[in-house]
Amino acid sequence: MKDRSDLTICEHCDSLYETPLLQKGEAAYCMRCDAILGRGHRLSIEQLLALSVAAAVLFVFANIFPVISISLQGLSNQVTLWQSVEALAQGRITLIALVAGLAIILAPLLQIALLFWLLLHAHWGVKAPGFKLCMRTLEHLRPWSMLEVCLLGILVAIIKLGGMLDVHPGLGLWAMAMLMVLIILIAGKDIRRLWDELGEPSA
Amino acid sequence: MNGIPLAREHAVCLCHTCGYVCPAEATVCPRCEAAIHARKPNSIARTWAFLLAGLIFYIPANLLPVMYTTMFGSSSQNTIMSGVIEFFESGSWDIALLIFIASVAVPCLKFAVLGTLLVTVQRRSRWAMRERARLYRFIELIGYWSMLDVLVVALVAALVQFRELSTIEPRIGILFFGLVVVMTMFAAMSFDPRLIWDAEVEDV
Repeated sequence: MKDRSDLTICEHCDSLYETPLLQKGEAAYCMRCDAILGRGHRLSIEQLLALSVAAAVLFVFANIFPVISISLQGLSNQVTLWQSVEALAQGRITLIALVAGLAIILAPLLQIALLFWLLLHAHWGVKAPGFKLCMRTLEHLRPWSMLEVCLLGILVAIIKLGGMLDVHPGLGLWAMAMLMVLIILIAGKDIRRLWDELGEPSA
Repeated sequence: MNGIPLAREHAVCLCHTCGYVCPAEATVCPRCEAAIHARKPNSIARTWAFLLAGLIFYIPANLLPVMYTTMFGSSSQNTIMSGVIEFFESGSWDIALLIFIASVAVPCLKFAVLGTLLVTVQRRSRWAMRERARLYRFIELIGYWSMLDVLVVALVAALVQFRELSTIEPRIGILFFGLVVVMTMFAAMSFDPRLIWDAEVEDV
């Protein structure tokens, strides 16, 4: 049998394959269950690092600028992401504010910070301190990061209120839209490549 | 059966956290130090538990109001369905459809699909295995879009705060609805799709 590092197991049906060599844009599918086994890398480490810096800047913009502002009979009001999470923190329903805060603020923030940390060190050719912990945390964060849903939520809210008030999309919304694209590009399973590119375990 | 070797036949198993091919007798991944299991532990029991918890929360999520609106002195409460109907009646059927899909169709589909997967796996059914595997991946993909309504209520409630003129407040229904989403996400995560394929190999 070949070296274990040359093997890939399908996570959906346990089939065993020799790791396929994939070019940019190619993907390998499991023959038994049709799940994706792997994709070719689209971006280099340096490109990913650059995008994570861009994502950090956009994250700051998306959070300090209001995403929507409204006006009604001369009064106006605007809301940032944090304020909308706060609006849920009322008495008995506070628990859901925590979930929303995790989904639209905390999880993306941690993803960006961890990716920057890991990619910066990968760029220097070394494993970042706490490499294993950071990589595992990224895996567990992925399902809870919901910026795409949040963006759709903002659009629905704009239309919902548009019927009775004057609604203006804020600067935060544009930052949010761009951030969402960047997160999709950098925070996928592709980051697992660092395990291979930065060397095998001693065991 | 169809010539593709299985990991267990070669005494290896997958680390779910980093994708490393580990020796089958290992309990901790040699590469990332996460705990590894040949199958997710107690997958069926856990999935049932989360699924039933989600189903129970789904009742108050639909019956209780999610939003309380005061507009120029008149006030009204909205449940999830009444919000959809309001959109539909005001002519924006597209938004109504969008919210209906995210808040009603997706959770119901998740209940139905996970329930079907659990029952067929427990009966060791060999029926439509490829399609069931695909169905599971589909459910995993669409699951979190149900958070849409929670985020819309959060945004709207934070925005519309004009004292006497007009206010919108979140209500307890949105808590239950959010919990439904979280529970069904946990249910999907604890289900092990490899159990579908085990019907093909074990005790055959």
